[in-house]
Amino acid sequence: MVDSYKPATLKEALALRKQHDLIPLAGGTDLMVKYQSWSGTLPRFPKGALFISRLPELKGIEKRGESLIIGAGATLSDVAAFPDTPKVLRDAVLSIAAPGIRNIATLAGNICNASPAGDSICALYALDASVVLQRTGSERTVPVMKFITGPGKTVLEGDELVTAVIVLLEKANISIFKKVGTRKANALSKLSFSAVAEVKGGVIDGIALAFGAVGPTVVRSVELEKKCIGKKRSEIESNIEEIVRDYSTMIVPIDDQRSSAEYRKQVALNLLRNFLTEELAGGMR
Amino acid sequence: MKDIEFTLNGKKVHSAADPLKRLLDVLRDDFTETGVKEGCGEGECGACSVLMDGKLVNSCMVPIGAAEGCDIVTPEGLRETEKGKVIIESFADSGAVQCGFCTPGMMMAADALLEENSNPSEEEIREALSGNLCRCTGYDLIVKGVKDSATRGKKLW
Repeated sequence: MVDSYKPATLKEALALRKQHDLIPLAGGTDLMVKYQSWSGTLPRFPKGALFISRLPELKGIEKRGESLIIGAGATLSDVAAFPDTPKVLRDAVLSIAAPGIRNIATLAGNICNASPAGDSICALYALDASVVLQRTGSERTVPVMKFITGPGKTVLEGDELVTAVIVLLEKANISIFKKVGTRKANALSKLSFSAVAEVKGGVIDGIALAFGAVGPTVVRSVELEKKCIGKKRSEIESNIEEIVRDYSTMIVPIDDQRSSAEYRKQVALNLLRNFLTEELAGGMR
Repeated sequence: MKDIEFTLNGKKVHSAADPLKRLLDVLRDDFTETGVKEGCGEGECGACSVLMDGKLVNSCMVPIGAAEGCDIVTPEGLRETEKGKVIIESFADSGAVQCGFCTPGMMMAADALLEENSNPSEEEIREALSGNLCRCTGYDLIVKGVKDSATRGKKLW
């Protein structure tokens, strides 16, 4: 039997994290499957759990200036229900699993699980979100794009906890999230696509495009996005095939049980082309 | 964590189980709440649905340590309430039960939905039941059972 702990405060949680080698467990919906054992037997956790879902300091979601601060204990249902949650994130969160899982799974947990198919992660890349990491006595804020380094890999240190996710409130007037899976509920993504854009005075003032489950991490290129800034509708329309070609070199999915590399790439590029034609150029009319 | 206290169908109870033991197993093995079913054991099927602090959850995904201090309602608990009785009657009269394995979970999902939305549309019912699988594939009649529950239990939720 491994020892598990349920601290009453964040301070206590950080002290325990430092003293013991523990797995932080918020909703547990990924961990309980990962360490699942035979029916009726204990899940095989390699270490004890640090139960953090009910820490009062991590529960809330609040709007602070131009940002949304989402506590690491906030569930996917909490995030979806919060009135100021950006549309792209709300749509992504509601595409995950089903109500029973969304009621306990957390947004921070989806990030820490760092799956290339993590649906909220795709939206958070497009929103330039950051995570707040705390250890006893210090705190750092890391962009989600830097926090995740590979499938299941993050820069979280052994004595740190993710305490919040910071999302910049979207100025975007065009915003979409698309998920391709075998069915609407409880399906893991074959691929996903998030896009936000701000159009001002007939030109693109800001744009972010992110593709999930088509590489080891979510794919986003700030450089390619820059090429679209300042462009008018006619300039976008005449460049659609060039933009799709540029992204085609970056989207390098794999074959696995959920889908094939060929399908993923084709559909990702179709979604991109459709976004550029319909939502973006269409929205600039 | 040694002694884990939680509320089970309105009564304070204690568990000395390993905090990582699944709420599902604690309920079935230690408290003989066998209305909670194990289907897939990985959050896909909803047969193990219970209410935790009023919210629908899959009890196979909740370690008992995480349920400490929570208010848990199982199908056995729901059965004893006026709302539960309305759901049971409505499901029976609608023909919403075939083999019956998914039924307790479906009823928990129905109650969780009606608690939030006492007059749901068909689409809202289907969304609320989206984490509960019926392998007899009688979904239309289950949806009807939830609709009838909403009509019959108008003043309850």
